[in-house]
Amino acid sequence: MKNPNFTIEEVRDKLFQGEISAVEVVKNCLEQIKKFDKEINAFITVLEKEALDEAREADKEIVKNKGILKDKPLLGIPIGIKDLFCTKGVRTTAASKVLEDYIPVYDATSVDRLRRAGAIFIGKNNLDAWAHGSSGENSDFGSTKNPWNIQYVPGGSSSGSAAAVCLGMALAATGTDTGGSIRLPASFCNLVGLKPTYGRVSRYGVISMASSLDTIGHFTRTVADSALFLGVTAGFDGKDSACPDFPVPDYLSNIKTGIGGVRIGIPKEYLVEGMNTNVKTIFEESVNKLQLLGAEVKEVSLPNTEYANAAYYLIQTSEVSSNLARYTGIRYGNGRERFGEEAKRRIMLGTYALSSGYYDQYYLKAQKVRTLIQQDFKKAFLECDILVSPVSPTPPFKLGEKTSDPLMMYLSDILTVTANLAGIPALSVPAGFIDDLPVGIQFLGPQFSEELLFRTGFAFEQNTKYFLKQPVIFENEE
Amino acid sequence: MTSKLSGQEVKHVAKLANFPLTEGETEKFRQQLSEILEYAEILKKVKTEDVKPSSQGVNLENAFREDKAEPSLSPEEVLSGAKDKQDGMFKVKAIFEE
Repeated sequence: MKNPNFTIEEVRDKLFQGEISAVEVVKNCLEQIKKFDKEINAFITVLEKEALDEAREADKEIVKNKGILKDKPLLGIPIGIKDLFCTKGVRTTAASKVLEDYIPVYDATSVDRLRRAGAIFIGKNNLDAWAHGSSGENSDFGSTKNPWNIQYVPGGSSSGSAAAVCLGMALAATGTDTGGSIRLPASFCNLVGLKPTYGRVSRYGVISMASSLDTIGHFTRTVADSALFLGVTAGFDGKDSACPDFPVPDYLSNIKTGIGGVRIGIPKEYLVEGMNTNVKTIFEESVNKLQLLGAEVKEVSLPNTEYANAAYYLIQTSEVSSNLARYTGIRYGNGRERFGEEAKRRIMLGTYALSSGYYDQYYLKAQKVRTLIQQDFKKAFLECDILVSPVSPTPPFKLGEKTSDPLMMYLSDILTVTANLAGIPALSVPAGFIDDLPVGIQFLGPQFSEELLFRTGFAFEQNTKYFLKQPVIFENEE
Repeated sequence: MTSKLSGQEVKHVAKLANFPLTEGETEKFRQQLSEILEYAEILKKVKTEDVKPSSQGVNLENAFREDKAEPSLSPEEVLSGAKDKQDGMFKVKAIFEE
């Protein structure tokens, strides 16, 4: 199999037709890992033996009864798991030296659901340690590189997950999005990245970053694959008290409906000063395409946007300082002296913002601004069905470009944090290239509007087909 | 360079956060945290007198379950990650010394 660029949909079809075996699919992924991962560093742990064993079992099941592929929608499909998700018996590090030898005794709920759906775990993906980062450069296990150009960052914090799917090392990968950590790497790696509604997917067993902001999502090559994946992970879980008992629709059934008459708002404040002109052009061209596809496009205003990033960094770091207090090395892992620089920085910022004398000024104030941001979205969604915006004010940046200036790095998130503050879903899809570096756009919708996001993303994707383009790294491999 | 935080405050915060800092780190973090807090000053521009704080996006309350014991992890599983254990218990630093 020369071209590893199959989608889950295509592989499922081939498995059903008997054209390919699960073992072959897994072998292809392992081949990609062997070829490229020394350079790319998308994985902290590779599960070669386990994946092949599981593939053999999957093949037996399929031979016995092809119909099993309907009951187990991910049977035989190799996926990457961001190393923030607890996997029973398999090392889970959060990409930090504090947990470098931690072996969980249980699976995260989302991991368990993926397992039951037949998914094969090919490995644990690299990330910014503790999910603290926007570039993939904060890992205690080395930076991940962008497969489109290895001098550039893949985006973070779900850096390894994105790079792996990009190179066919996996057909999908899990991620978390607390302030953009799925959407930014998706945008930088030419992938579809879903940040679901807060609480849509259980957070149980995923190492917590900021409890009111964390969402569990995933990377795929196409929108249909993303919809299939969400159908597996979404739904009520009693072990996550912020996971409501809201029904899970069949996300694929209406995906091809098209967007005739869909009202799409463009938040004018998101076209920020200093936005890269090429990014702006790609965005404007994308909006034109949406109009040609039948959508009604209009400008809307989210007036409190300029305060979102500051509010986010106060709330997030406050919650981080609380969540990371449990890592003392007593019950598991190692001591706190092993925290990396970024972790220390965020813990201290949060500790300060919550401390006596400062709580009102920082944390409480930020929570009030959060309310205003939520109100902005509510108002906007009265006039339109969804919103569209760029994901990042810049295209992918170079490794090392922002590492010496934390504040500059934090500014990468200005267009993504609002969705987390409001708890709304967002879908990042490929929208073009600048010098062979991918640029995405994101659709944002009201809570639990993932179906509409998929419908819109699908219409845009089928019209533009950016997902068919492959990184140059393949052309050099003959 | 902004001087929002003093070295003393940084040391105090590190103590609350329970991890060690070198002198060099203290100064570096002092500068960086000051800069970030300076950036956060932008929130002062927002009028929030009549605004209630939001802690979450989905507004769930009282997510309880039946107070029924259910299968859980075994003591062996729970202790499996501890580097210091004794008699089926986690070993911690002494609080009282004889």
